Amino acid sequence: MCGIVGLFLKDPALEPALGSMLAGMLEVMSDRGPDSAGFAVYGQGTPDRLKLTVRGDRLDGIVAELNGGVEGRLRDTHLVLTLPHSEEDRVRRWLANTRPDLAITGAGERIEIYKEVGLPKAVAKRFDLAGMAGTHGVGHTRMATESAVTTAGAHPFSTGSDQCLVHNGSLSNHRSLRRILEPAGMTFTSDNDSEVAAAYLSVKLRDGATLTQALEAGLKDLDGFFTFVVGTKDGFAVLRDPVSCKPAVMAETDRYVAFGSEYRALVDLPGIESARVFEPEPARVYAWERH
Amino acid sequence: MRVVDLEKATVRQLNAALHALAENTNETLWRVEHPGGQHALAVGLDAPVTVEIAGHAGYYCASMNQQATVVIEGNAGVGVAENMMSGMVHVKGDASQSAGATAHGGLLVIDGSASARCGISMKGVDIVVKGSIGPMSAFMAQSGALVVLGDAGDALGDSIYEARLYVMGEVKSLGADCVEKELHEEHRAELRRLLDAAGLNGTVNIDAFKRYGSARTLYNFHVDNAGAY
Repeated sequence: MCGIVGLFLKDPALEPALGSMLAGMLEVMSDRGPDSAGFAVYGQGTPDRLKLTVRGDRLDGIVAELNGGVEGRLRDTHLVLTLPHSEEDRVRRWLANTRPDLAITGAGERIEIYKEVGLPKAVAKRFDLAGMAGTHGVGHTRMATESAVTTAGAHPFSTGSDQCLVHNGSLSNHRSLRRILEPAGMTFTSDNDSEVAAAYLSVKLRDGATLTQALEAGLKDLDGFFTFVVGTKDGFAVLRDPVSCKPAVMAETDRYVAFGSEYRALVDLPGIESARVFEPEPARVYAWERH
Repeated sequence: MRVVDLEKATVRQLNAALHALAENTNETLWRVEHPGGQHALAVGLDAPVTVEIAGHAGYYCASMNQQATVVIEGNAGVGVAENMMSGMVHVKGDASQSAGATAHGGLLVIDGSASARCGISMKGVDIVVKGSIGPMSAFMAQSGALVVLGDAGDALGDSIYEARLYVMGEVKSLGADCVEKELHEEHRAELRRLLDAAGLNGTVNIDAFKRYGSARTLYNFHVDNAGAY
């Protein structure tokens, strides 16, 4: 069992409240996943600058050591580095060589990803999720099944620029898929089955598929139980396996699209009383795009 | 009226108090405040009392119910009235998956819509859904009646036994061995009885329903299928 939540805003007036809305939803899902929690938030970003979210200890001196136009914002165990695209290779190399103990949880122009072991409420508080603004975000509360309770096994998983995936369920062919994805250039940071699903979608997107096409292809190739919520730079999508094994409920209004593993995750959203509430059908891709 | 506030009491305390009721109790009306979508509310009741849940319920609300009337004044999560034996469960909002699953008796009324697997493996319960139902509903349904005023999703009544399905709207597709059948007098009478019980007396045109049931071709082994094993 896991809990997942997602929020995609249509009304820009809600953007300053994205984090507080998502934090409320995530906390309600604590019963479904008390082991660890994580979330991705798509903020405004700065044109031509890349964000790298770095997770680990002793993050204090890193920005000074990197210099070269690199800025940083520290949130507890995570440091979001903002840098010119031209500096990406250098910074990644420096991190790999000088600080191999650190993990890069996400990269992109807009995405920031935070994850930690612990109760969802505590995790959201550590990183001040409630204070974050953005256009869309996803969150996950984990009850581990296929791999250990570690921060590296916490969702969301990001395997491509500005992409992330959260997963409720378990995949049975993740080992064999991994053997196909590794020669296709994907690297993995965990033994987690959900990371393989994320990498599968990243390869499809890299090869030119739309988000909808990538997820539809996944229906053929991913064997197991899944409810996925996927974020891209401008997109947000939901897919359930063909027997809809794992729960999902959605609410849509003129102002937002919201996803929860259970309806109670959605009850505090503004205007929920008049929202179109529905459970996504099995094997059907639901996707929204920002224009 | 007994009021239980779930911001102060636990679900265990609520259920224990309801289980302690004698058959002839005078405390026949209960109200559960701040249910907050918690799971297993008012499960396993066995007394002729009414329990009002003032909001949304989580999983398996009113499951295993006998005799009691449970009214959910919001949405219900997975498996509402699962394995109900008798009594009535009334959901004023929508119901999630597997509403009325395996229920043997009683009446389940859903004012909104129910999602996937409504009435899965139903064994004698009557279910009235005023909205629509999701895919794979009435899968392996054995007996009882499922009445739907809206539409039904894919694979309605897959591998059905002797349950009777009545749908007024569109059926996206029928499951294996489920076929449309004629609406006879006895079915009209059953529909009238169930619609009345669901509070729809005289407001619905019975002849607008189509009936679905088992073609009974999966009941016995057929030698032509031997190669499949």
